[in-house]
Amino acid sequence: MSTTTVEEMAEVAAPEPFWTRQRHLGLALILIGGLAAVVFGSLAPSEDARFTLSEDAAGAALSINGQFGAVLFGLLTVAAGGVLFAGLLKRWSNVFLVAGILSFLLSFLCWQVAGEFMPLVDTTDGTLELALPLILGALAGVLGERTGVVNVAIEGQFLMGAFAGALVGTMAGSVWAGLLSAAVGGVIIAAILAVMAIRYLVDQVVVGIVLNLFALGITGFLYERLMQPNAQTYNQPPQMPEWRIPGLADIPVVGPVLFEANLLVWVALVLVVVIHFGLNRTRWGLRTRAVGEHPTAADTVGIRVRGLRYLNVLLGGVVAGIGGAYFTLVATGSFTKNMTAGAGFIALAALIFGRFTPFGAFGAALFFGFAQKLATYLSAIDSPVPSQFLNMLPYLATLIAVAGLVGRVRAPAADGQPYIKG
Amino acid sequence: MKRFWSANNFTLTALSMIMAVVIGAVLIIISDSTVLAKFAYFTARPSDAVSASWLLVSTAYADLLKGAIGDPAVFSAWFSGEATWQQAFAPISETLTYAAPLVFTGLSVALAFRGGLFNIGAQGQAVLGCIAAGIAGFTFGLPIVLNLIVAVVAGVLGGALWGFIPGLLKARTGAHEVITTIMLNYTAGLFLAWLVIQQGIQAPGRSDAISKAVAESAQLPSPGGVLRVHLGIVLAVLTTAGVAWLLNKSAFGFEIRAVGANPHAAKTAGISVAKTYVLLMAVAGGLAGFGGATQVLGTAHALTPSVAGNIGFDGLLVALLGRNRPWGTLFAALLFGALRAGGNRMQSFSGISLELVTVLQALIVLFIAAPALVKAIFRLRASRATGLGASLAKG
Repeated sequence: MSTTTVEEMAEVAAPEPFWTRQRHLGLALILIGGLAAVVFGSLAPSEDARFTLSEDAAGAALSINGQFGAVLFGLLTVAAGGVLFAGLLKRWSNVFLVAGILSFLLSFLCWQVAGEFMPLVDTTDGTLELALPLILGALAGVLGERTGVVNVAIEGQFLMGAFAGALVGTMAGSVWAGLLSAAVGGVIIAAILAVMAIRYLVDQVVVGIVLNLFALGITGFLYERLMQPNAQTYNQPPQMPEWRIPGLADIPVVGPVLFEANLLVWVALVLVVVIHFGLNRTRWGLRTRAVGEHPTAADTVGIRVRGLRYLNVLLGGVVAGIGGAYFTLVATGSFTKNMTAGAGFIALAALIFGRFTPFGAFGAALFFGFAQKLATYLSAIDSPVPSQFLNMLPYLATLIAVAGLVGRVRAPAADGQPYIKG
Repeated sequence: MKRFWSANNFTLTALSMIMAVVIGAVLIIISDSTVLAKFAYFTARPSDAVSASWLLVSTAYADLLKGAIGDPAVFSAWFSGEATWQQAFAPISETLTYAAPLVFTGLSVALAFRGGLFNIGAQGQAVLGCIAAGIAGFTFGLPIVLNLIVAVVAGVLGGALWGFIPGLLKARTGAHEVITTIMLNYTAGLFLAWLVIQQGIQAPGRSDAISKAVAESAQLPSPGGVLRVHLGIVLAVLTTAGVAWLLNKSAFGFEIRAVGANPHAAKTAGISVAKTYVLLMAVAGGLAGFGGATQVLGTAHALTPSVAGNIGFDGLLVALLGRNRPWGTLFAALLFGALRAGGNRMQSFSGISLELVTVLQALIVLFIAAPALVKAIFRLRASRATGLGASLAKG
């Protein structure tokens, strides 16, 4: 996987003025598609790759010969790349790009799954589950960054949220109290970030990094002092129940994933839509974007720049704190030291890869979640592809995106700049 | 006295440390249930709660000091011949051992800062330094001295490569170094985790993730026994002097400072900003790689997934605390090393989690980074030297 990424980088980096972005992408797709068809095709055993529509090997399945599939989808990638390269159907170029990447992925899967089976429900479920904190964390980032405050403290907000959720959830014996205090935990970090960045004009990246360490230290300290000796009283939070919507839950694949889920899944999905709508269609959203792009102009027309920044960073704290609750109230039954293990930075990557938009962040988070799920799946079937390289994918993808190799990412113009009323 | 009570660097640093220590004390008290129980009848007998809290906090911080600088009891035992001098100086040795890699990573961040770049990637660069130095250390089997030099150089080059990438991306595409270096940090960490379990790297006969041991001739010389301190701290001081010279006396240092102060003006004056960025990031990466090399060759002697610990991120705090000046960074690294060494003793003697040290470090830097906050709390007079604010203005 990683070799293709390097290939792609090296190819695309060649600076030739008459080469358009489409040509670059087309060539990259042709290359990785050809690679997939040849390498994956020759490596794949000529056995059936079964994609079952359930959580295990049983039941109906989509099935394809592994070798045939690997070659077929590799060639489809080449075809999509060819369309882009030839400059055909320019309006649909993004569709062809996505189709090309998806077929490359399918080619890879055909190779890996040949002779095995991949349970689609389990995979989708796991993807959404792993993506859940990333979605919430990235949305928190969207709220902050669109209003001009860089938030690299998502990791710290996760940790505080996870810790507070476990602590209060256990002491109160209620998962909802835990969820509420997880939000409060996120807000605490967000509040320090906001005050330092907005009131005291400290460099926002500096504050964020320091706050991550602060959250790591304080949760680790209290964990070792309180939770470890008395796990019963402090660190056994009740778990969030899974709710099943009758009827809808019977839809194949989608049903059990979306309609037999915990509350956080729905909260995350609703928030994506609400924040997208809010940013683009409401007065608050217009003002937020104005403050993020040109605070002086916004101030001139009477928008309270600092007030709006405080509000949005704190709202981000709520969202990230709820994302932190996922770790203790959904994923595992207790808090452990540094349990988020860099998820906050993957959320940051998702935010940037998603171009600072809610739906972009959502898509990126799903993609990164899928990469993680795939990593665990592949190590379960003893694949030769090391899981560490799949786990690198979010970071490498973001690296390529910010370097402008696949469409430059542009941050809000006033991102990271304190506003001093002149 | 009046001048002292103004917002100068010294006063700000001292007050930041005092506030951090006070908050740490509060944390120690509220996390101790027996002492907390005494607060339940505080109004009836306040002396109980106060004396218990005082005892708890003073013992903890005394252990911190003893672990960082030295235990008077051991010193007197040494004078009366009941302990060896090695035992008396073991705490200092621990402090220097922890400080050595932080000096390098701190210098890496500080140097990049002066050129207007925020090198969050010291962690990843240190990891690459660990990898390159470690592999060179157990592969080549060169004669003594030469083997060590080759291993250190390999570490520096590994780090420089990992610093060169974000520098090049910044210069060629304008990709922000904060984002690229964060991504490269995690990439490096995952790469190391993969590498140590590969055949030829993993120690033979081991199933856990640890590499072969670095050859004895490639290890940084150390007195041995309880004294873990090694040549790395000497190299660190020399490197600090070197960086100070580079920054303040050399032509490249002038370019760094010019670009850091105002890239547009520097460009107008004929300095190639892009070239400076690339070279600066490579040098900064090399410094962090040096730090990783001292960690492997001096302390760990083998690669593990967590061999680099947190030295890159700590280096960030060290640079901030040292206000991005080379000698300031050296002293900040010594302070952090002392906190870490003392924290170990505090953990084993008083049972206070080592994580308290992380909290203290983060708080100190948080206050230092916000001089306006400290000024407001203590009602300090304004001072011309605003410290970090000035050096970060263009960050």
